Amino acid sequence: MKKIRDFFNQGGLVIFVFGRILAGIPIVIALSLLVFLATQALPGDAAVAYLANTATPERLEAIRQQLHLNDPIWLQYFNWAKDALRFDFGTTLTGETEVTTILADRIKNTLILMGASGIIAIPLSIVIGVYAAVRRGKLFDNVTSLFTLILAALPEFVVAIFTVFLLATNVFQIFPAVAFVDPGTLAWAHPNVLVLPALTLILAVTPYVSRIMRGSMIEVMESEYIQMARLKGLSERTVIVRHALPNAIAPTIQVIALQLAWLAGGVVVVEAVFAYPGIGTVMIDSVKGRDLPIVQAITLMIATLYVVLNILADIGTILSTPRLRTKYARKNDTSDVFAAMDGDE
Amino acid sequence: MTKKMKPKSQLRVLFGLTFKQRYAKIGAALVGVVIAVAAFGPLFAPHTFDEFIDAPNAGRSDQLLLGADYLGRDVWTRFLCGGRSIIGLSFTSTILGVGLGLFIGLFAASAKPRTDSLIMRINDILLAFPQIVFVLLVVSGFGTSILLIAVTVGFTHAPRTARIIRAAAAEVMERDFIKAAIAVGEKRHRIIISELLPNVTSPLLVEFGLRMTYSIGLVAAVSFLGLGLQPPAADWGLMINENRGSMTVQPWAVLTPIFAIAVFTIGINFITDSFAKVAIGIDRKGKE
Repeated sequence: MKKIRDFFNQGGLVIFVFGRILAGIPIVIALSLLVFLATQALPGDAAVAYLANTATPERLEAIRQQLHLNDPIWLQYFNWAKDALRFDFGTTLTGETEVTTILADRIKNTLILMGASGIIAIPLSIVIGVYAAVRRGKLFDNVTSLFTLILAALPEFVVAIFTVFLLATNVFQIFPAVAFVDPGTLAWAHPNVLVLPALTLILAVTPYVSRIMRGSMIEVMESEYIQMARLKGLSERTVIVRHALPNAIAPTIQVIALQLAWLAGGVVVVEAVFAYPGIGTVMIDSVKGRDLPIVQAITLMIATLYVVLNILADIGTILSTPRLRTKYARKNDTSDVFAAMDGDE
Repeated sequence: MTKKMKPKSQLRVLFGLTFKQRYAKIGAALVGVVIAVAAFGPLFAPHTFDEFIDAPNAGRSDQLLLGADYLGRDVWTRFLCGGRSIIGLSFTSTILGVGLGLFIGLFAASAKPRTDSLIMRINDILLAFPQIVFVLLVVSGFGTSILLIAVTVGFTHAPRTARIIRAAAAEVMERDFIKAAIAVGEKRHRIIISELLPNVTSPLLVEFGLRMTYSIGLVAAVSFLGLGLQPPAADWGLMINENRGSMTVQPWAVLTPIFAIAVFTIGINFITDSFAKVAIGIDRKGKE
């Protein structure tokens, strides 16, 4: 009987996961509408804005053709969204190259940078948070809470320039201030150029995650089952690692996802400081050149990433919290029937 | 009947407790110094901000406290004149954004459940855009304008503030004095203004401090990226951008504005954190 129930419980979980993914679809559609409305459908004329002083009637007409500005607005959106689904964001206004061609390597570089930062920042902040919680009120806790408070306040470009000052130009000259990557190669072929941008992002993300981790850990450490584990005579190490940590991580998952999503925005400014060849620098250049198709594509991708990370965080939270796991698994009726038959609860 | 808390006296107590903490005192001093520099600095500027007075990147001397910038303008003068724009713009956008977010949050919390969830769904969609990305998106469509940047930065704060305020107000809505007010047929705007608002002031003030630090970061970043104030304006963000290339020879032109921005944001964060600990007793949830 138990096996059958477990099977259906899992079914409930699968249904939840699929439901959560499906619920993401209308959100992404709404995002695409917003991106489109905030740019192309503006009262101003994108073609006039783009050409500025160099506008001649012929060139204006050419750009309008390219952006399909002469079509009714709903048709413009429909065509744009239809192409975007196939990762076809049209051609740029300047070079008339495919937006996708320009972005392909840049996306990889940005993901490498975000990945490198996340892989270091998240375990690091969990360790700092846990250790600060364990040593609550002691020197380590006080020092890290002061530093995290300061770092959390600083805008990321301030941190970025400070790392340049300290490690690239004025004080030490260890790492390059400008992230030069040979065209045709990816950033991980030049680990040197990754150091300072990644360091900046790590310094930006770590304070938040470690503070939440600390708070959550303190709460868990004060709970009864931790007292129980101690009373059983388990070593402090076992109590922390096996009993407290797994329970303290669950509430942190949402914050971690939030920070990873934040990285997608933070990366834009940080890339600009280091001229790192990712989507951030392209975005800035395109905003300056009023190259709408690229700006639209990048914005939509970053916003979609946020939605995806949130879905993953929801699933992660449920999987890592036994109480929620069963609650959602029970959502399908059959398992309730089984529960009633078993006579438990 | 504990119908209304007295917001003024309660706030005064909270502020009193806040500024008893060491970090809050330090924070207030830091913020005070930077605001004083921004407000009164131009009065003490030895030159005009766009005057060429020496060779580009000239070093420090008796006449030039901090040397000359990449075009040969006085760094000290430009520093003294460059704070007004960034602090003024960030303050404006924070007021706009937190105000709008407050309105949306209170409106949603006091609305029918269906309206409430519809508003918050739309709100969640807006959260998907990182603030800087949305600002850049709007700048690419409308072009750079100071007013536009302040409004857009404010607009990106609104959904984030709205979520915090709605959560706080939704809790208040469950309390007896609200049920009593609804039962005696009090009008909705009366409930919002005289019942809900006074009971969300603590999260509101925390949110304001937090949003202010983000505003400074965003406004300065936009100028730093060359999309905000345009040359020859004196602005801390723009100064950093302009002199970044010659940082090895003339670090002061970059370090002074960076330092001022850092001191200001750290100061605000110290005060906000101390207030949050006193008023709410929790750490906040993370950068969005």
